[in-house]
Amino acid sequence: MSASGQTAHALYVLRANRISSAAAVLAVLLVLTAVFGPMLTQYDPLASDVAHALQPPDANHWAGTDQLGRDVLARVIAAGRLDYAIAAAAVFLSFVIGAVIGGACGFRGGAVDRWVGRIVDVLMAFPLFVLAMALVAALGNRVENIVTATAIINLPFYIRFARAEVAVRRQAGWVEAASASGNGPMRIVLGFLLPNVLPAMSVQISLNLGWAILNAAGLSFIGLGVHPPTPEWGIMVAEGARFITVGHWWLVAAPGLALMLSVLCFNLLGDGLRDMLDPRMRT
Amino acid sequence: MTKSAAVLRLAGRRLAASLPALLGVVVFTFVLMRVLPGDPAVFFASGPSAGQKEIEDIRHQMGLDRSIPVQLAFYLRDIGTGSLGHSMTTGQPVLKDLEERLPASLELTFAALVLALGLAIPMGVLAALNPGSTTDHAVRFLCTLGVCVPTFVSGLLLIYVFYYLAGIAPDPTGRIDIFASQPPSHTGFLVIDSLIAGDFDAARSAASQLVLPAVTMALFVLAPLARMTRASMLAVLGSDFIRTARAMGLSRGRIVFVYALRNAALPVLTIAGIVFSTMLGANVLVEKVFSWPGVAAYALDALLATDYAPVQGFVLLMAVIFVFVNLLVDVLYGLADPRVNAA
Repeated sequence: MSASGQTAHALYVLRANRISSAAAVLAVLLVLTAVFGPMLTQYDPLASDVAHALQPPDANHWAGTDQLGRDVLARVIAAGRLDYAIAAAAVFLSFVIGAVIGGACGFRGGAVDRWVGRIVDVLMAFPLFVLAMALVAALGNRVENIVTATAIINLPFYIRFARAEVAVRRQAGWVEAASASGNGPMRIVLGFLLPNVLPAMSVQISLNLGWAILNAAGLSFIGLGVHPPTPEWGIMVAEGARFITVGHWWLVAAPGLALMLSVLCFNLLGDGLRDMLDPRMRT
Repeated sequence: MTKSAAVLRLAGRRLAASLPALLGVVVFTFVLMRVLPGDPAVFFASGPSAGQKEIEDIRHQMGLDRSIPVQLAFYLRDIGTGSLGHSMTTGQPVLKDLEERLPASLELTFAALVLALGLAIPMGVLAALNPGSTTDHAVRFLCTLGVCVPTFVSGLLLIYVFYYLAGIAPDPTGRIDIFASQPPSHTGFLVIDSLIAGDFDAARSAASQLVLPAVTMALFVLAPLARMTRASMLAVLGSDFIRTARAMGLSRGRIVFVYALRNAALPVLTIAGIVFSTMLGANVLVEKVFSWPGVAAYALDALLATDYAPVQGFVLLMAVIFVFVNLLVDVLYGLADPRVNAA
């Protein structure tokens, strides 16, 4: 298919999938909100104002104030930056490392492939969230380590995926042609095989972004990784949890809604990408 | 070869094949716990004033003065003799702690799985019967929504609605009202134990404590189950034997519920197995929100206190359950579909 044909096809699919298009627009809006966040609100996410603590949403504070009188909306927006950054960094890391390891294993096979397979099996036999908890605790209770832990628990899926996709293409005619025209194995894997696997992996990446956000927020919720007063969705929910039984719902609902919208948007985007790339996979 | 012998052989082979992964889990967790920051010997010494001698003694008593490979060898030997070490925070053997808390986690996970299956299968079937319809889209939307709301948010919002606003749910802490009498333990599941004891008040109390956390978990796992039911139903409904059944003039209900659903159930069973093991490990968050005294909350507390043994024991337990659930699914699969064993 020519490049313009591809664009036309993508546009056709977007028109046919209103939901995916809406998700794409929402994704752009969410990312823009995170990037330009501090300009969108007059409140400082860290400034406390005890005189106006625990106020329900009103015209001044659209999402209310928390127990220290901080503006919840400003905190939710500021938290988005951190959560998106964590998720993007983690998914990027596991994608790059997973694609290279999986690609090499799928291309080479042999003993290394078998050993990597074993290690992947071990990682997948863990309850993944528990593994992430243990990793953050072991590496040190810092934000960077939420990224590392999330990347590690995602890694097996990328390795398996890249390995399988490369292995089925290894014998293809165009790979032989690339090899016959003097390309080394490194160049074949990185320059020919992986670019062909990339579209299929983009589905995984989009679905994973949503999952990584949930994971990061879950870790902070139980007190690993991010520390107060840093605004972060998981921590905000954990702090709000103390006030839910006395009826201060907005402390949980505001960051919860932000989490839900983000994950929803990346999941729908992933589904849309899958429909675009492989209509047979629709479920 | 008889059918049961074939199934046994399959089970044995799978079990043997999963042993290296289990060993890997044990070794990996062990090493991971040893790089945890903080010195547990200092943590468990009598206080900040504890002398160097006392700390050294505790370190020696815990075996921390040996090299890591030696410690690992001791740990593996202990596992071989059925001991998972002692928890320093509760002062009990880890195995006993896990035994006490596992029923709570299992009760919650089973309840959630039954609830999720009870919702997901009808939803999936309805969606598959009318693909592309409003029902189909509604099911898809509901499932997508369920995956997107983290359990710790949906749990808290359920508490807000049913405890604070409606006032019909009990105080969301623990498994049973503290004033209700604890039934004698048979199964470890409080609802069933209370019913056996004939104490209906206690049973009602335990059940009402169980509803919200179970719903929270069920919502989160609705999507994989309903989607798999739909996909597998669609595939079966399009197959030749259904067409034949239709041509023979069988009633629609009989075709859908007897012939199609029974054949479509197998892939759903596999997913249900995976969902069960995932929930058991991932319910740290739900257990924390509802102060549920389960194994995951126990492991989290131990992890935050740098108490090695319970975390290691918990991870091993989860991995073993994971392996056994997969094995059970394989065996059931083999019994339901004899073609699987031939492969």
